[in-house]
Amino acid sequence: MLRYVASKFFYMLVSLFILISATFFLMKAIPGDPFMGEKKPSPEILARLMEQYDLDKPVFQQYTKYLSNIIQGDFGLSMKHQGQYVTDIIVETFGPSLRLGLIAIIVSVVIGVLLGMLAALYHRKLIDNVAMVLSVLGIAVPSFVLASLLQYVLAEKAGLFNVMGFNGPLDYVLPVMALSAQPIAFIARLTRSNMLEVLHSDYIKTAKAKGLSWFAIMFRHVIRNGIMPVITYVGPMTANIITGSVVIEQIFGIGGIGKQFVESITNRDYTVIMGITIFYGILLMLARFITDIAYMFVDPRIKLTSRKEG
Amino acid sequence: MATENNMAYPAGQQLTPEDFKKIGPDEKQSEVIQRESVSSWRDAWERLRQNKLAMSSLVIMILIILMAIIGPMISKYDYETNDLLNTNMPPSSEHWFGTDDLGRDVFVRTWMGARISLTVGLAAAAIDLLIGVIYGGIMGYFGGRVDEFMNKFAEILYSIPYLLVTILLLVVFEPSLGTIILALTITGWINMSWIVRGEIMQLKSREFVLASRSMGASAPRLLFRHLIPNAMGPIIVTLTLSVPSAIFAEAFLSFLGLGVQAPVASWGSMINDALSGWMYYPWRMLFPALFISLTMLAFNIFGDGLRDALDPKLKK
Amino acid sequence: MRKHKKLLLLMTLILAFSSVLAACGANNNNESANNGDAGKPKDQVFRMNLASEPPTLDPGLSQDNTSNTIINAVFEGLVRKGEDGTELPGVAESWDISEDGLKYVFHLRQDAKWSNGDPVTANDFEYAWKRVLDPNLTPASPYTYQLYYIKNAEAYNGGDIKDASEVGVKATDDYTLEVTLENPTPYFLSLMSFQTYFPVHSSIEGNPQWATKPDTLIGNGPFKVSQMVKGQKIELVKNDQYWDTESIKLEKVEMSIVNSAATELASYRNNELDYAGHPTGNIPTDQLNAVKNELGDQLEIKGIATTYYYVFNTTEEPFNNVNIRKAFSMAIDRNAIVEKITQGGQLPAFGFVPPGIKGENDEYRNEVSDAYFEDNLEEAKKLLEQGMSEEGYTTLPEVTIIHNSDDNHKRIALAIADMWKNNLGANVKVQNQEWGVFLKNRDDLNYQVARSGWGADYNDPMSFIDMWVSNSGNNDAGFNNEEYDQLVRGAYTTNDNAERMELMAQAEKILVEENQVIMPIYYYSSVSLIKPWVKNLHIDYKGDIDFTRAYIE
Repeated sequence: MLRYVASKFFYMLVSLFILISATFFLMKAIPGDPFMGEKKPSPEILARLMEQYDLDKPVFQQYTKYLSNIIQGDFGLSMKHQGQYVTDIIVETFGPSLRLGLIAIIVSVVIGVLLGMLAALYHRKLIDNVAMVLSVLGIAVPSFVLASLLQYVLAEKAGLFNVMGFNGPLDYVLPVMALSAQPIAFIARLTRSNMLEVLHSDYIKTAKAKGLSWFAIMFRHVIRNGIMPVITYVGPMTANIITGSVVIEQIFGIGGIGKQFVESITNRDYTVIMGITIFYGILLMLARFITDIAYMFVDPRIKLTSRKEG
Repeated sequence: MATENNMAYPAGQQLTPEDFKKIGPDEKQSEVIQRESVSSWRDAWERLRQNKLAMSSLVIMILIILMAIIGPMISKYDYETNDLLNTNMPPSSEHWFGTDDLGRDVFVRTWMGARISLTVGLAAAAIDLLIGVIYGGIMGYFGGRVDEFMNKFAEILYSIPYLLVTILLLVVFEPSLGTIILALTITGWINMSWIVRGEIMQLKSREFVLASRSMGASAPRLLFRHLIPNAMGPIIVTLTLSVPSAIFAEAFLSFLGLGVQAPVASWGSMINDALSGWMYYPWRMLFPALFISLTMLAFNIFGDGLRDALDPKLKK
Repeated sequence: MRKHKKLLLLMTLILAFSSVLAACGANNNNESANNGDAGKPKDQVFRMNLASEPPTLDPGLSQDNTSNTIINAVFEGLVRKGEDGTELPGVAESWDISEDGLKYVFHLRQDAKWSNGDPVTANDFEYAWKRVLDPNLTPASPYTYQLYYIKNAEAYNGGDIKDASEVGVKATDDYTLEVTLENPTPYFLSLMSFQTYFPVHSSIEGNPQWATKPDTLIGNGPFKVSQMVKGQKIELVKNDQYWDTESIKLEKVEMSIVNSAATELASYRNNELDYAGHPTGNIPTDQLNAVKNELGDQLEIKGIATTYYYVFNTTEEPFNNVNIRKAFSMAIDRNAIVEKITQGGQLPAFGFVPPGIKGENDEYRNEVSDAYFEDNLEEAKKLLEQGMSEEGYTTLPEVTIIHNSDDNHKRIALAIADMWKNNLGANVKVQNQEWGVFLKNRDDLNYQVARSGWGADYNDPMSFIDMWVSNSGNNDAGFNNEEYDQLVRGAYTTNDNAERMELMAQAEKILVEENQVIMPIYYYSSVSLIKPWVKNLHIDYKGDIDFTRAYIE
C-alpha cells in the first residue's frame, strides 16, 4: 500500500511538471499582455513594466525562472491586482467555491442516486418516467438559463431569496440548485442504467434464490455494483465543481475561484493563471487517486495489480 | 512426433479410411462460441420498435433534422438581414416565431441555429465516442503500465485549462465551426474514456470474459466482441449526454465571446442573446430553448430505448 | 420486495418534502426583512454594484473606472470636482496661478487629516507625485504621463535627470505646495481631482501590499475601506477624521461585485441595490424599454464625455483610400443606431470630441460644430465610386469589422455591417474577438475596421485630440499627419486659450472631415437607476459617480 501511494505520488509529480510546462507555453502563445487596455500606457512605461515582471526575457528563460520559483514555493504576485500574492488569491477565492461545491456534490449524489434507484426499481413504471423526465430537464436546460429562471421566479417574483450575494446560508440555495441540476441528472441516469443491469444479472437471481433478504441483496450487491460508474463520474466531477462554475459564480455574484480564473485569462494575469492551473491539476489528480482507492473498497475484485507488477 | 508416425500398430487396431468421415461446415461452426450477430441486431430492432416512447423520440429527432434542412427555405426571410423598424416583435403571421433585437426573423434563425447546434453536437459526440471508446477500452483492458501511462496522459490533458486551449485555437485558426468542434473534442472524449475504462475494469474479471480468454480469444476480439458490447449501456447513456453537453459547451463559448461568429446563430447563442431580456421577449428564448430541450429529450429517451433493446439481459 | 420499494419511495418523498420545508421556513425570516421597510436600507447605507473587481486601490497606479470610483471616495486631491464640473476646494483651501500660467501655489487647509489621524501636509503630495515619477517604482504606473505637465517630470521619469529635487513640485512648508509646469496648461487645476495627483501616506514606503488591506490603506477622503472580500464585495465606512465630515451623511457603502448586468438589474428590482447601471455596471439593453415604462422615474440618463467610434486601418485596403472611408462613414444611419439599438439616449456623433468638454467659454461642442459630414447615402455612393476608380477596383474587397466580445458591440457591428451591405453593396463580415486578442490586433494594425471608444481623462479637448499624433501609443489607425502633429504641438505651448481651442478645432477637422480616420458613431450617455430614497448623488461630465455627499431619506 505504501509503495503504491509512493509510486502514485511520483507519477503525480511528473504529470504536474508536464502540466505546468504545457500550460506555460500555451499561455505565452496567446497574444496580449497584462497591461493592455482600451487606453494603453506609453511605450516607455510599458517597456519598464515588461522588464519589472521579466516579460521582456525570452520565453524559455521566463519558464525556467518560473519553475525555480515554484520549487521554492513562490507563486509570485498577481500582475493585474497590484500587491496581491497568487497564493492569497487562491486561498481567498477557493473558500466560497469549495463550500458551494461540496454542498452541491452531496445534494447531487444523494438525490441522483435515489432517483436512479427508484427509476430502476420501478422500471418502465410511472415513477421511472417521472424520474427520467426530471433528470432530462436537468440536462436540457443550460445552467445559465436555469440560474436566470431561478433568480427571476424564486428571488425576484416570490421574494424567497436574494438575487445575488453570498452572505447567509440562504444565499446557498439558488446556486446549489443551479449547480446540481446537471450532475443529478447524470448520476440518476447512470445509476438507473447500471442498477438495471445488476438487477437482471444472474448473481442477483442466485442471491434471491438463496433466500437473502431484500436489504442484504440491495446493499451487498445491487447498490455496490450499481454505484460503480457513479464513482467514476463523481471523482472528476468533484474536482470540477469545487473549482468553481464560472457561470454560476458570475450570475450569483460569488467571489469564487472559477470566476477568478476566467478573469485572469482575460487579463493575461500570467502568475494567477499558472497558480490556479497548478492548484486545479493537483486537486484533479487527488480526486482521481481517491476514486481509484474508492474503487478498491467498493469492488474487491479490482486489485491494485498494476502497482504490484510495476 | 516423427517417431510416433513410424510406430507400428497391432493388427486389427489399424485405422482404416472407413474410420474417418467428413464433417460438414455446420459442425465446425459449432465449436466456435459466438452469439449470432445478425439476428441479435434484428432482435434489438424488434424490441426497439415495440418501445413506443423511443420510436416517437426517433420521429421527433427526424422531424427536427428535417426542419433544420428545409426550415430556412420555406420562409421568405433570411437569417441575417436586419429590420430595425420591427425589432422584438412577438410571433405573428408575418414572423411565425417573432423577431429579435435586430428585427431578424426568429423562425429562420431557429432552424439555422438547429443546423449549427446539431452539427456541433453530433460531430463532437461522434468524435468523443470514437476516441473515448477505443482509448478507454485499451486503458481498462490492459491495465497495468499501459493504463497508468494513458490515464496520466488523459489526466494532464484534462487539467490543462480548457479556455486557454480554446482561445489559442481560435487565434491560430480562423474562427469557424470546425475550430469550435475541435475545441470541444480536444478534451471532450476524456470523460467517455474514463466511463469506458471503469466499465471494462469491472467487466474483465467477470466469468464470461475469463471463459472467453481461457479459450484463447485475442485482445481485440475480447475487447470489441465481449467487453465493449457489454458496456454499451453506460456508453450510450454517456453518448446521449455528450450531445447536449457539446451543444451547451458551444453556448458557453458564445457566453465568453468565443462561440460561432455572428450573424450565424446556434441555439445556444440565441438563448444567450435572449437571456438578459427573456421576461419581456420570451419568444426569443422560448423557441431555441424548446427545441434544445426537445432534442435532448428525444436523444435521451431514444438512448434509453436503445440501451434496453441492446441489452440481452433485459429480455423478458 | 414490493414493501421495501415503497419504503425507499417514502424515504425520497420525505427528503424532498423536508428540503422544500426548509426553504419555506427559511423564507419566512427573509420575508419579514423584505417587507419591513419596503426595501429601503436601514440607516445611512448605500448599496451599489461593481461589474468587475478593482485591480488596485493605489491612486498612483490606478487607471480604470472601477478603481477610481472607490479611490475618489477614499482619497481627496487638492481640489474636488463640483457637480457642474467646476473646481471646489479640496485639501487646498485656495491657490494662486502665475500670469504666464506656469506656476501654481496651493495653500492647504490645516484641518485635513489622514484616516489614522495624521495631518495631511504638502509633503504628502510631493511624496506621492515623486513616487509615481520615480523610474524605480515597481510596478510602474500606467498613468505616469498624467504628471508630465510638471516641469522636468518626464525627464526625471525617463532617467535623463537623476535628481528628484529638480522636478517642479516642492512643499515650501507643511501647508504650501509650489508647482512649476513645463507648458501653460489651462486644465491643470482640473487635473488636481484626478487620482494620479492624489496624496498618499508616507507609511506605505516599502510595503507594496499597502492598498490591498483595510488596515494599511490609509486615505484622506470622506470614506475608508472597512472590508474587502475578493471577487465578492467591498465595504466602505465613513471616515471620522475627514475634514468636512459634517457634509458626509452616509455611514456605509456596500459594493457587491457581479458582472452580470441582468443580475445587477434583478437585484435592484429586488431592493438589494440602491443604484444600478453606469459607470460601474450596465443596464441590459433588452430591458431598457421595460425599465423606461416601469421605473421611468428612477431612470437617469445623462450625456457623458465619451465617444463611440470605429477606427479605420488607413494602411490596409480598401481603407487606405480616403474617399472610401468617407463613403463608409456616411452610409450608416446613426439615428437608427441610437434609437433602435443602443436606446439609452446616446447622441449621433459626427465629431470626435464629445459634448460636456469645456471649450473657451462654453462647451467645446457648442463652439465648434461637429457638422464635419452627415449621414448621406447619395453622397456616400458617389464617394465610393470615386474611391473605387482611384484604387482601380471593379468590386470592393471584403471588409471585416472586428469588435471585442460584448452584446452591445455585437449588435452595433451587425447593424452597421447590414447597413453597409444594403447601402453600399459591400461584402461585410463581423468578427468578434477575445479582449486581449482584439486589443493586440487593433494595436498591431492587423484589422480593417475596429470598434473603439474613448473617454475624457480631464476636461479639455486635448484629452481627445492628442491621441492621434503620429507617435501616440493610442493611435491605432496608422494615421500619420505632419500638419496635425504641428497643430497639437502649437496647442501644447500656447498660453492663449482662444488660440488653443482654434488649433484643436483645426486638428479635429483634419482628423474627421479631411481624412475620416475615424467614423464617429455616437456620444455616450450614462444610464442608471437610482432608488427614490437616495438623494444628492451625482454623475459628473465624464460619467464618474460621486456618492460621497449622498444621503438616504
